[in-house]
Amino acid sequence: MKNRSLVSINDFTREEHLRILDLAGAFEKNPRQRILEDYVVATLFFEPSTRTRLSFESAASRLGARVIGFSDTSSTSTQKGESLADTIKIVSNYSDIIIMRHPREGSARYASEVATVPIVNAGDGANQHPTQTLLDLYSIRKTQGTLDNLNIAFVGDLKYGRTVHSLVMAMCNYHTTFHLVSPEELKLPGSVKIHIKEKNLEYHQYVDILDALPNVDILYMTRIQKERFSDPMEYEKVKNSYILRSNMLEGVKPNLKILHPLPRVNEINVDVDHNKEAYYFTQALNGVYVRQAILASILGVVE
Amino acid sequence: MEKEVLRKELKVSAIENGTVIDHIPSSSVFQVIRILNLSEIDNQVLFGTNLESRKMGTKGIIKVKNKYFAPDEINKIALVAPSATMIMIKNYAVVEKKKITVPDKVENIVKCFNPNCITNYEPIPTRFDVVDKTDLKLCCHYCEKITAKDNITFLP
Repeated sequence: MKNRSLVSINDFTREEHLRILDLAGAFEKNPRQRILEDYVVATLFFEPSTRTRLSFESAASRLGARVIGFSDTSSTSTQKGESLADTIKIVSNYSDIIIMRHPREGSARYASEVATVPIVNAGDGANQHPTQTLLDLYSIRKTQGTLDNLNIAFVGDLKYGRTVHSLVMAMCNYHTTFHLVSPEELKLPGSVKIHIKEKNLEYHQYVDILDALPNVDILYMTRIQKERFSDPMEYEKVKNSYILRSNMLEGVKPNLKILHPLPRVNEINVDVDHNKEAYYFTQALNGVYVRQAILASILGVVE
Repeated sequence: MEKEVLRKELKVSAIENGTVIDHIPSSSVFQVIRILNLSEIDNQVLFGTNLESRKMGTKGIIKVKNKYFAPDEINKIALVAPSATMIMIKNYAVVEKKKITVPDKVENIVKCFNPNCITNYEPIPTRFDVVDKTDLKLCCHYCEKITAKDNITFLP
């Protein structure tokens, strides 16, 4: 993985994903290792994202790297009209690796073609967010002991949710049975379903979350946004049907864990937070270990 | 009958050596000229459009003197003229006739349909993988979104 960019989850093979997860496990046991002391990590956030940026900066700092960059474009030359290509070329001179979030889809792939250092995509519009997918895989494996033969429910906005699309694609490598819960308007698009069908995997579609709950090992919740609906009446009809509450968790499998890419708004009621099934805050913590593993692998300081 | 054929021949005169691209939809002739960059070459180029065609109603035809195209080059026109045939002429005689086939990759001809794609904001040559050749679907190398047959627009 040394010196390679991570733009799309499929840029790395299943074996490489697993190697990153193993390495993340080692960082979880020993998170403070000054193995990147001689390195400069640039975090370029052309669009705000507190969680992902802090998670990366925390990962880099715990490994001893220096972090440079910006968290919004108001104070940068992008405001003066500098092209993305020029910004990336310049920052390539100042750093050993570039972590980038950008509102346009495809920006990360383009950046990886003009940069002289590796690019890690921290979200390009609605397209890809591969480090989120890797931390989701890590959380699933950690809570279930395996990635193979699991029943996973995806709930909420399956049409536009990029974390859902990437995770579905990644889980197709592990003989997963998919339970897809969404309003009619926000079903998983055909372009993603095709990956499930190609592998001949089982999938079920539901509109009611309660129908999917009894059989699943992982419940992956996402937020439904009002602006996704062409008809506001439709949103009003469904907005309360995709909220998870504590009393809905009776009779679920004992190993069930609830994941959420966060930020949550109201789709997981706060009364769920104290259940043993709630895992989303630990999932966010896992993000630091996974990002440490990604930085260390791409910079080539670990095998 | 004889006369009609003769008259048709005269509309775009024969070439001694070179390539004839026949059965182009009339509406696509100028796009084909652009895609093949025929406005930039020094060879003689003859073309006709809105010609009568028994098969197509009307058709266009382009003849390029003393030039033979590589398959990669000619297949680029498949997106606008899938019905076209390429005919190689030597000494006024047909030496080879080929149907156009859809290529695996399409570069810098088509605009990405995704309005939020980076290629629509920065001066980047577009690149697509052809993921479906029969029901034409192009997958953008950058944003990974699909531009389907009905949504194809050509770069200016």
